Amino acid sequence: MIELRRYVKEVSQGEHDVVDIARKALASAKSIDKEHAYFNTFADERFIEEANAKPKGRLAGVAISVKDCVCVKGVESTAGSDILRGYKPLFDATAVERVWKQGGMIIGKTSQDEFGFGGFSVNIGKGYRVPKNPFDTNRSCGGSSGGAAGMTRKAEFPHLAIGESTGGSITCPAAFCGVVGFCPTYGRVSRWGLIDYANSLDKIGSMAKNVRDAALLIEVMAGSDPQDSTCSDLPVEQFSTVDGDIKGLRVGIIKEAFGEGVDPAVAESVKNATRELEAKGAIIKEISLPLNAKYGIPTYYLIAMCEASTNLAKYGGMRYGAHEKLEGDFNTYFTKVRTAHFGDEAKRRLMLGTFARMAGYRDAYYLRALKLRSALIDEYKSAFKGVDVLASPTMPMVAPTFDEISKLTPLQNYMADILTVGPNVAGLPHISVPVSPAHRMPVGIQLVADHFKESTLVRTGVNLE
Amino acid sequence: MNVDKALIEAVAVNARIALSEKEKERFVKDFKEILEAFSIVSSAPVSDRISVHPEPVVDVMRSDEPHTCLTQEAALRNTQHKKDGYFKGPRAL
Repeated sequence: MIELRRYVKEVSQGEHDVVDIARKALASAKSIDKEHAYFNTFADERFIEEANAKPKGRLAGVAISVKDCVCVKGVESTAGSDILRGYKPLFDATAVERVWKQGGMIIGKTSQDEFGFGGFSVNIGKGYRVPKNPFDTNRSCGGSSGGAAGMTRKAEFPHLAIGESTGGSITCPAAFCGVVGFCPTYGRVSRWGLIDYANSLDKIGSMAKNVRDAALLIEVMAGSDPQDSTCSDLPVEQFSTVDGDIKGLRVGIIKEAFGEGVDPAVAESVKNATRELEAKGAIIKEISLPLNAKYGIPTYYLIAMCEASTNLAKYGGMRYGAHEKLEGDFNTYFTKVRTAHFGDEAKRRLMLGTFARMAGYRDAYYLRALKLRSALIDEYKSAFKGVDVLASPTMPMVAPTFDEISKLTPLQNYMADILTVGPNVAGLPHISVPVSPAHRMPVGIQLVADHFKESTLVRTGVNLE
Repeated sequence: MNVDKALIEAVAVNARIALSEKEKERFVKDFKEILEAFSIVSSAPVSDRISVHPEPVVDVMRSDEPHTCLTQEAALRNTQHKKDGYFKGPRAL
């Protein structure tokens, strides 16, 4: 397959029949989707129209799949939820608009856990399909950006994926599917047009077959946006082209991420990768992050569920999405719509989030979690005084089978996020890069850098390819 | 934390979700397991600082200038419940 950045250059010089490439890409994606369920919706018409428009720019002629929770004008966008079935946004999300302006062509909306509520892409909305791992269809793609990761692995045409992470939804599926998943600093990419899960945690990011391609997509999407007051106005570095010199780079191996609960074969693959970094001049140190190890999961889930329960309050079957027959008073009607169209995990998080914000419980749970988040951020900030990058396995195991997942309790499901929630709670940029497989399944190393130091992740990551 | 059916019912009313008896039983069990595990936050060494966002957010208001917005017709395009150019909702009383 042609190297993506060379292809873009050649498209700009008129060396490819983009319409023909687009038609073949669409047919190929649909064929893959039949077996693997990576798409909720295809954007056939828009995709071919964009190919016909002679795309130009940094992503010219590249098929861009968009996680279903990111709005695409005129294309059904549901965040994988039945309650948004039929909703066709009247606008593009800022990230999508920027990609389109650089010649990216939107191929469709990828499958995910409903609203991002899961780590295995099995908590899908009513009537949706579960995406299957590209290496073994009996196993999970990871989640919640499962379709994005699977498609990135299987695509044999120029393709990049827009993903989204709240608690690990980019790096987890990237690790399970053997691709690069890049989640930037909170606020690096505008959230305008993103169907929220949890506002203070949501980040739009990218997936690609290699680190520089993933970085290129972030670069195109990043930068200030007057539509999102949480979006940073710091200038966007050209980090996709930074050199790979890691001589003297200080890499901190997170001690707690290699112990109990982590598959020894996964841990060994990741340790080997850190030895490669050392051989190329990096300085390896062991770092302990005890607060994040102990309190990361409850802090993340309490904040995320509280925010999710307020975000989900707007779904009442009036202005968009699923509707029911209009009868009864407000509460009766809203309750009817929400009961009929939210899936099981959406209801669970809605219930837990509502509880943790109720009078009498709010201080003990929600406010406590916000104060604990400060302590977790401080722990990371302190670590970054001594190291430039933190390293750990992305996930404690390889992609589990659907049978294994079905036996987990909700709490055991949440615990699987133990290694990804930390950087997400702290809003730190992180990337998962494939390392040597274990049990014949992909394994990812997760690298975390300080806020807005995406370039350090690229510099480190390219040394593992 | 005492989790019982009455608590689950009160939360469900606030969340605008109707639960079957079977769902109520399941939520009692889930709540107990999850809240017990999460109760460790009560003894955690917290900061005095509340981090609503991971990084401080500077909320700058846009300049007060008119710009194009959705037309009424466009705003109503995604609803099935409309009348005379307005959204039609359930009765208030």
